[in-house]
Amino acid sequence: MKEISNQTKTSSLPDAAGHFGPYGGRYVAETLMPAVIELERAYNTISAEPSFQAELELLLKNYAGRPTPLFFAARLSAKVGGAKIYLKREDLAHTGAHKINNTLGQALLARWMGKTKVIAETGAGQHGVATATAAALFGMECKIFMGIEDISRQAPNVQRMKLLGAEVVPVDSGTGTLKDAMNEAMRYWVGSVRDTFYVIGSVAGPHPYPAMVRDFQRVIGDEAKTQIMEAEGAMPDLLVACVGGGSNAMGLFYPFLEERCAMVGVEAAGCGIDTGKHAATLGAGSVGVLHGSKSYVLQDENGQINEAHSISAGLDYPGVGPEHSWLKDSGRVRYESVVDEEALDAFHLLSAVEGIIPALESSHAVARALVEAARMPAGKTVVVNLSGRGDKDLGIVEKLKAR
Amino acid sequence: MGRIRETFDKLRQRGEKALVGFITAGDPDFSTSLEITRQMCLRGVDLLELGVPFSDPTADGPVIQRSSARAIEAGMNMKRVLEMVGAIREFSSTPIIIFSYYNPILAYGAEKLYKDAIAAGADGALVVDLPPEESDELTDLWEGGLDFIRLVAPTTPPDRMARIAAGASGFIYLVSMTGITGSGGLKSEETALVARDLKKCCGDLPVCVGFGVSTPEDAARVARFADGVVVGSAFERLMESGLQDKNIAEKVGEFASRLKNAMQTGGERPAGNV
Repeated sequence: MKEISNQTKTSSLPDAAGHFGPYGGRYVAETLMPAVIELERAYNTISAEPSFQAELELLLKNYAGRPTPLFFAARLSAKVGGAKIYLKREDLAHTGAHKINNTLGQALLARWMGKTKVIAETGAGQHGVATATAAALFGMECKIFMGIEDISRQAPNVQRMKLLGAEVVPVDSGTGTLKDAMNEAMRYWVGSVRDTFYVIGSVAGPHPYPAMVRDFQRVIGDEAKTQIMEAEGAMPDLLVACVGGGSNAMGLFYPFLEERCAMVGVEAAGCGIDTGKHAATLGAGSVGVLHGSKSYVLQDENGQINEAHSISAGLDYPGVGPEHSWLKDSGRVRYESVVDEEALDAFHLLSAVEGIIPALESSHAVARALVEAARMPAGKTVVVNLSGRGDKDLGIVEKLKAR
Repeated sequence: MGRIRETFDKLRQRGEKALVGFITAGDPDFSTSLEITRQMCLRGVDLLELGVPFSDPTADGPVIQRSSARAIEAGMNMKRVLEMVGAIREFSSTPIIIFSYYNPILAYGAEKLYKDAIAAGADGALVVDLPPEESDELTDLWEGGLDFIRLVAPTTPPDRMARIAAGASGFIYLVSMTGITGSGGLKSEETALVARDLKKCCGDLPVCVGFGVSTPEDAARVARFADGVVVGSAFERLMESGLQDKNIAEKVGEFASRLKNAMQTGGERPAGNV
């Protein structure tokens, strides 16, 4: 475990250079450095403007549909027979996932900065849809980079993006998944950096993205805190969220970092960590540099990035946000993983007992929450971030059933 | 004095500009790649950049992406790159720069790389995704036995240029365009203006210009205002077109000599001798 300073509150990170302990930073080509420095300055100045915050708050309320409910899943809890399980219903936000919180924030920032073109990478397509949505709302030109493998397994989201006026750029390099989409988005950005704003969808990438995306997503945790106090009169005992890049998890966890509640981040173990076909970056990776920041990554002994595998396109990523690496090393958050099968079981269970079809990503969090809640006494509470809805995954689930 | 410096001094005395040639080490395989470097060094390349292949080269265009993938497939890694440096030293004293993304260096170990690279006969290192903001963690472990080549981009503002120059050694690599490697459309007049600003703040450190230099004519244009011309994707493109060609190394060498000739004469010589 790395040394953790007693003077520094974990929630006060990153430092001025964008480091979370040894993680984070800005590992990008010189062409992009002036842009990320400009973005950092603009973000610090503009996000401190009360009128910017007021505009964003209004959009989150009237456009995205916030606050999202905190729902007590009584039948699911009864089935488990342990702690009470609450679901933070990000699936009910506009576009069907938490991603809209961040894209509205970044697109608004882009507008304040006078940028008229946005680009984004997407895996499951949720971030792509959320970016295309914000771009449509603000009348911006929008390009979404998406791996060909993901295009075929997340077809409904591709249609949505096109309908919203975005150009979907197929990426056939590598494995045609999220990692490759991000590579290609960064390449495009290198060539268009003077007039294009890159809307990164996770708490990854060079500083200030990990901190900025977290700040735009913390609304999840802020709301949950108020809502659980209303419902239970006490802080929750445990928070559970899935972690690919880790934006929904950081959004939920961040406002609770100084509270006395436990936190579990759930990675995708795919076919099982020992098979090598997984996306458990924190569980089975090592420290490296990918996509602009230092963090845990899945790599071989030569520093080549490994392919990740998960049934869920949104978790199918061999990297993770640097703040999660820091929270892992400091011991503040425990990271577990869930195999494809367990996530699928949770997908079916939640649909059947609560009438809520979760995204396959969020199903990983639900699956682990069931295990955790069963071990806890009846009086305790668990808050699970239900980061997105599962409509986009029906095709995958049907295909698996047919096998 | 390092070999990179000596080379630039020698060229300066002869009134020549440096041809800096980049290839991905180990593409398409170790022995062909070694033969290619031999031809390059013999026929006009003054400094050699050996690219360490990386799985996710976010600053590179399709040509170098493919060459990196071929090299990785053929088993290339940092250890083998250093073996290649050693093998080149058997026949050439051309300065060699290890050109890498940061992750393969982290995986190999920064201190170990420093020692092993010097032992193998390398002269410098250039790390594409390690800007001055992050480079202390590497250069603090190094004692000046390897030059640390730094990049300046068209987007780099003047005050930042000066800071980058202050921490650079060997030469400064000026990126000619906002784009990835292999992009077309060299704008030599605009780049000449940036180079002029840059030269004001880098003392006697040579300035080499790369990105978008694909023909002998391009090289000649850049040589008019820069101390050196970096050519990468054009070599890789030529190689890719001749993957089945037994004489590919000679063809690459011939291209190197055409580039160098053009840089000396101000343009491509009339057809007949190429």
